[in-house]
Amino acid sequence: MTTATLQAAPQPRPLTKPTYLADGKTIRSWLLTTDHKRIAILYMISITLFFFIGGAAATMMRLELLTPQGDLVTSETYNKLFTIHGVVMVWFFLIPSIPTVLGNFLVPLMIGARDVAFPKLNLASWYLFMAGGAFAVFSIITGGVDTGWTFYTPYSSTYANGHVIAMATGIFIAGFGSIATGLNFIVTIHKMRAPGLTWFRLPMFIWTIYTTSLILVLATPVLAITLTLMALERAFGVGIFNPAMGGDPLLFQHLFWFYSHPAVYIMILPGMGVVSELIPCFARKQMFGYRFVAYATVAIGVFGFLVWGHHMFVSSQSIYAGMIFSILSFAVSVPSAIKVFNWTATLYKGSIRFQTPMLYALGFVGLFTIGGLTGLFLACLAVDVHVHDTYFVIAHFHYIMVGGMVMGYLGGLHFWWPKITGRLYPERLAKLSAVTIFLGFNLTFFPQFILGYLGMPRRYPVYAPEFQVLNVFSTAGASILAVGYVLPLAYLLWSLRWGRVAGPNPWQATGLEWTTSSPPPTDNFEKTPIVTEGPYAYDAQAAEAELEAGHA
Amino acid sequence: MRFVGSFLFPESASNLAPNVDHIYLALLALSTAITILVLVVALFFCIRYRRGSKADRTPPKGTPMRIEITWTLIPLLIFLGLFFWAAEEFFAMSRPPADATEIYVVGKQWMWKIQHPDGRREINELHIPVGRPVKLVMTSEDVIHDFFVPDFRTKQDVVPGRYTTEWFTPTKPGKYHIFCSQYCGTDHSRMVGWVYVMEPAEHARWLQRQPAPDSLVAQGERAFHSRGCSGCHVQSSAIHAPLLDGIFGKPVPLKDGSLVIADEQYLRDSILLPNKQIAAGYEPLMPTFQGQISEEELNAIIAYLKSLGDQPRQEGER
Repeated sequence: MTTATLQAAPQPRPLTKPTYLADGKTIRSWLLTTDHKRIAILYMISITLFFFIGGAAATMMRLELLTPQGDLVTSETYNKLFTIHGVVMVWFFLIPSIPTVLGNFLVPLMIGARDVAFPKLNLASWYLFMAGGAFAVFSIITGGVDTGWTFYTPYSSTYANGHVIAMATGIFIAGFGSIATGLNFIVTIHKMRAPGLTWFRLPMFIWTIYTTSLILVLATPVLAITLTLMALERAFGVGIFNPAMGGDPLLFQHLFWFYSHPAVYIMILPGMGVVSELIPCFARKQMFGYRFVAYATVAIGVFGFLVWGHHMFVSSQSIYAGMIFSILSFAVSVPSAIKVFNWTATLYKGSIRFQTPMLYALGFVGLFTIGGLTGLFLACLAVDVHVHDTYFVIAHFHYIMVGGMVMGYLGGLHFWWPKITGRLYPERLAKLSAVTIFLGFNLTFFPQFILGYLGMPRRYPVYAPEFQVLNVFSTAGASILAVGYVLPLAYLLWSLRWGRVAGPNPWQATGLEWTTSSPPPTDNFEKTPIVTEGPYAYDAQAAEAELEAGHA
Repeated sequence: MRFVGSFLFPESASNLAPNVDHIYLALLALSTAITILVLVVALFFCIRYRRGSKADRTPPKGTPMRIEITWTLIPLLIFLGLFFWAAEEFFAMSRPPADATEIYVVGKQWMWKIQHPDGRREINELHIPVGRPVKLVMTSEDVIHDFFVPDFRTKQDVVPGRYTTEWFTPTKPGKYHIFCSQYCGTDHSRMVGWVYVMEPAEHARWLQRQPAPDSLVAQGERAFHSRGCSGCHVQSSAIHAPLLDGIFGKPVPLKDGSLVIADEQYLRDSILLPNKQIAAGYEPLMPTFQGQISEEELNAIIAYLKSLGDQPRQEGER
């Protein structure tokens, strides 16, 4: 009798809905999807492609810079290479990276919603992004552009060769994708939070995506206007920026940096958001100073709009304007410092595990600290006069954008990979590549700080021979870095088929996204979750007790 | 130590270099201290509170308010101090001394053209004596360039349509790089040159070896006549045009009631864009010279106008 019951009793598995991955297998079902999770995958594939285009350009540049003569490629080709690298990496990788991939996937899941507020608009954003990308790729393969990603006038509007207008059109169109994405997130976060999920119960990732979205919506139109004016001058000779036609070249710089400086925060805030998720989880600790970190996020977003002129200290802008921009730039570094201190303090009395996402998070904190502090050198007026437009600047912003954002993106990708795909990546290989990236990155970019102070200007394929040794170091580091980037591509793809099945919550993480299955069903949640506590309800003591119980 | 120094620092060859280096060193010390502090604390936590370690993990009591305010205010105060220090130095870097030798620099794709006050010209080279302040008055024929001398720790964008200035006092004889550091097109990285800083005696010998043309002022005066400026801008002229004697640096009332200082920019604009600013009491009769006059000739005319004293000249007087 008992045996019979036992045999008959295997609970009939509840009829679960198919995962979002199984919900339609055709190409059509992907290209016409309005599921935020599938759109995230579309973005992931697209930006990975762009990352390797931008990376290939960087590889060629680093090879060219092995010798001071300029013998691998001509100056003209080199100029096109750094333009491709800059344009593709900034607008087609960094700006979309975390917001469109992790943001699209996670924002609805983290706030307990079924989808974003405007699912169709979300898909339209991706098509805009891809249309912009198509223009950019077109202008690259039909001869390239040699203006640099900054498009300074009157060079870009009058003197440059190549498909400047096609490239600008690409950025212009992709910009509308950015605006629509930002708008979508703002409305989603305002209107679609689960019951009980108040603002101060939101994960920090949501705070950063929210602030980023505000910047996207407010700043991107200025870029669109600026590029349009530049194209008008180039195509029709309307004198706006070229002094020979009565224009003002500095006006372009003001407009460009009014967008592009906030864009730097578009490129770093989401990385900070990811790290703010990872550190509490792997330290099993509540985030230290949660509210301060949230305020610091918004403060960075606001101050970020007021510091554009620090790109123009030697442009012949008024020295008094320079002073205002300098002091505001110092001010914007304070909330960044607050964040670093809070992340570090979160480790205190934790129960820290060092899985791959945590390695990326700790790497982020270290590299961002160096990137942020070297930003002070550039905010310092007299020092900036010397290091402006040298490799010091290159090193500084790569510490923020690669050391910060790319590390954050990869950390987040590893952390949520089990949620996105249902599979675990191979841990040892992943740790190895995280360490490789960290070392390769430092070897590539640290020598550039020294090069910059020694006076090597940026955008120089031909350079003075005394700069060669440091350039060789940098190129050596770049080859290590390249290996570090190819490895994850290989093993993440491998894991799709052969990775261990993850289960809904492999990290024992808090957060609504971990309460649903992995991969989540199309509708995300069986029923709308109700939130009764703040984020990061981790308990280090409980984690330790569990560990001991496991050992006993 | 010297070896390390030459590896990390360019030559210190101007009056500006030591000051910039001092701020840089202070920043370096501060950054290193903060980085090491964050690193050591993070490393300590990572080891002490690694999973499975025997450490006290009772949650800390109380709000972190005091800590947050501390680590907000301390960086803020340090940053403010740095700001004032660097801003003061920047201010000095932007204010050339009155006795500086004025040298005109014209940037064009992809070369530097230099005009000395004595009328000598150089291309991609600048020979100057040690110890005398030099003020560069710079403009561009085409796109934006930037005149950067790393060993002097200074640079300034060279912008078409306007004059920018850069000054330094070379303190050490030697040969120093000039780099164009604002991207300007194909051969941007070949738009380089050398500053030769020479002992005064050596500089004098160098000067003697050069052919001696008319001074820049004399060249300007010749242009002033050959371009027909003297047809109107003299007392004896029948045409009602402003007299230019001693005009440089003086305020000029404009027709719209505002007042401008007659600096290089004003003189340039008056020649190239005469309708931009009309002097009060005059009709806009001046023809434009846009596209007809080279930057070098313009520089010579401006140098000539600067040289004029307050007293109206007699016709034909040299």
